[in-house]
Amino acid sequence: MRTITYSEALNEALHEEMQKDGNIVLLGEDIGQYGGVFKVTKNLFEEFGAKRVVDTPISENGFIGMGLGAAMTGLRPVTELMWIDFAMVAMDQIVNQVAKMKYMSGGQVNVPMVIRTQEGAGRGNGAQHSQSLESMFAQVPGLKVVSPSNPYDAKGMLKSAIRDEAPVLFIENKLLYFTKGEVPEQEYTVTLDKASVIRNGEDVTIIANSRMVHFAQEAAEELKQDGISAEVIDLRSISPIDMDTILTSVKKTCRVVLVHEAHRSFGWGAELVARIQKEAFDYLDTPIERVASEDVPFPYSLKLEKEVMPQVQDIVRVVKGM
Amino acid sequence: MNVQVKRPNRLNIESLKVGYETMLRIRRFEEACIELYKQGLMGGSLHSYTGQEAIATGFGMNLEQTDYITMTYRGRGHAIAKGAQEKKLLAEMLGRVDGYCHGKGGPMHITSVENGILGANGIVGAGIPIAVGAAFSAQYRETSQVAVTYFGDGAINQGVFHEAINMAALWDLPVVFVCENNLYSEMTPLHESVKNQNLAERGFGYGVEGIVVDGNDLEAVYHAANEAVSKARAGKGPTLIEAKTYRTEGHMYGDSETYRTKEEVEAWRKKDPILQLEARLEQELADFHKYKQELEGRIAQHLTEAIQFAKESPEPNEQDLFEGVL
Repeated sequence: MRTITYSEALNEALHEEMQKDGNIVLLGEDIGQYGGVFKVTKNLFEEFGAKRVVDTPISENGFIGMGLGAAMTGLRPVTELMWIDFAMVAMDQIVNQVAKMKYMSGGQVNVPMVIRTQEGAGRGNGAQHSQSLESMFAQVPGLKVVSPSNPYDAKGMLKSAIRDEAPVLFIENKLLYFTKGEVPEQEYTVTLDKASVIRNGEDVTIIANSRMVHFAQEAAEELKQDGISAEVIDLRSISPIDMDTILTSVKKTCRVVLVHEAHRSFGWGAELVARIQKEAFDYLDTPIERVASEDVPFPYSLKLEKEVMPQVQDIVRVVKGM
Repeated sequence: MNVQVKRPNRLNIESLKVGYETMLRIRRFEEACIELYKQGLMGGSLHSYTGQEAIATGFGMNLEQTDYITMTYRGRGHAIAKGAQEKKLLAEMLGRVDGYCHGKGGPMHITSVENGILGANGIVGAGIPIAVGAAFSAQYRETSQVAVTYFGDGAINQGVFHEAINMAALWDLPVVFVCENNLYSEMTPLHESVKNQNLAERGFGYGVEGIVVDGNDLEAVYHAANEAVSKARAGKGPTLIEAKTYRTEGHMYGDSETYRTKEEVEAWRKKDPILQLEARLEQELADFHKYKQELEGRIAQHLTEAIQFAKESPEPNEQDLFEGVL
């Protein structure tokens, strides 16, 4: 099978869906002629024109609100927040408006809107361009929150997100854009609400999302050398959480490690700890462990940044200590 | 930069009667809500539209059912003027299943998509970009629909107003920005939060025509609305209209109103938009008092039936609770 980058896979998803559905419009900063800072919208302006690929002013709250108004009146907007940190500027529209409009209106209207954005540290971008904020949004009923870890899922899940009748916060990762993976040429989609067991194992379940899935895989490979068989689950969807897949694995391995780039305190790992102990308490041989970013803002220094965020060796060490 | 002040054009008697009936319906509806609120039948806060009826009415008369509006938490007036039914509004006020939002929205979130009402809003200024998005959608789909967004003087200091009006201007979107300046941003006098004499001036900073109008004069509002809506429908872009008015009730029911004097409120009551329109109608209609009596009777009857409908409507049940989240 051919291999393409995560960025190219996303670009293909947008391209194919826009060809199929004339009501899809893109709204965001520098997404037009420039093609997006991570080139996800490359060449779409040339193909679909300024009417459908709209460069907005730097007005995140304003253009997310516009996307909502457009979604309520027949369009399927795909908006882009260049960095998830910038979503903080648009919190009113995302949390108070987009997420609640269907419910507040008593179900009169769907909000078929995608908010694409990217997160993650490891690039020396400093405190305001490195955060992983998916847990914050997963706290808000009315939003689907997903974070694909590879090109295949990126393409298939973005297509599903665009076709979904609910608002989807689609979180990419800045250090995954130029990683490659197998992506078929033929049409496919990936469902939004299912976790994926990407490595089978017997001794421990490592659950991770986004770029941390790759760290978990590397850790599992290293643990194998020491005779430890780790199962790895790519969470894919933060909200809703696919508890069936998780519990099946937990009941088999009886040990759980949760890995995320989001800060440890109140991160989605805490939610999973609560749910797993409630649903599978008798199966657990050890307390559930979390490997997550330290509770400090991301420092600029690459050396310090590495200390803050989870590393493969942290996962290995935690598993061996269980 | 000088704003343009719109003077009233005379409306014919039929239009005056249409406007009068709508304004009276809104007034009596809001009065009924206060009574129901006092009876403990509503949750939360109640923000009355009393005193500002000419604005929603003057615009509503210039809009089609397929046009869009977003509005403030004083939004029942705008909804009635846009075609909403009292009985479904009242059922929503009481949190019942027959309300527009099946009891899940409430007074601050009145929405009726079939009437183009894209929502009242509990967050000051938040409806503005949503209306701009609806206008973007209308332009994209090449319909002749127009969006109108109603907001207060307080909203003009929210960042999102500036973001939204800039984008509307940039793309010549078919939207009208209606700032209902009732002189108080919640409990704070406007002069303590704004230096401008006329809020309409702020349009010019974005390349948008700014118009000032007497918001208590139906004919003046109608005239300004007609021009702005026609301009938007013709693809000539947005207008910012500042309608100067006054809310004669508190910010919400139970407001101590320590920020203004009784004399000030009384002075504005004399400029009440309904009183002003009645004075006009008296000149035009020989049998005005009979007409008014008959109309009041009809509205009261209609409202009594609506209240009964709302009170008899069941409360939503537990199965409804998890419906419509995603």
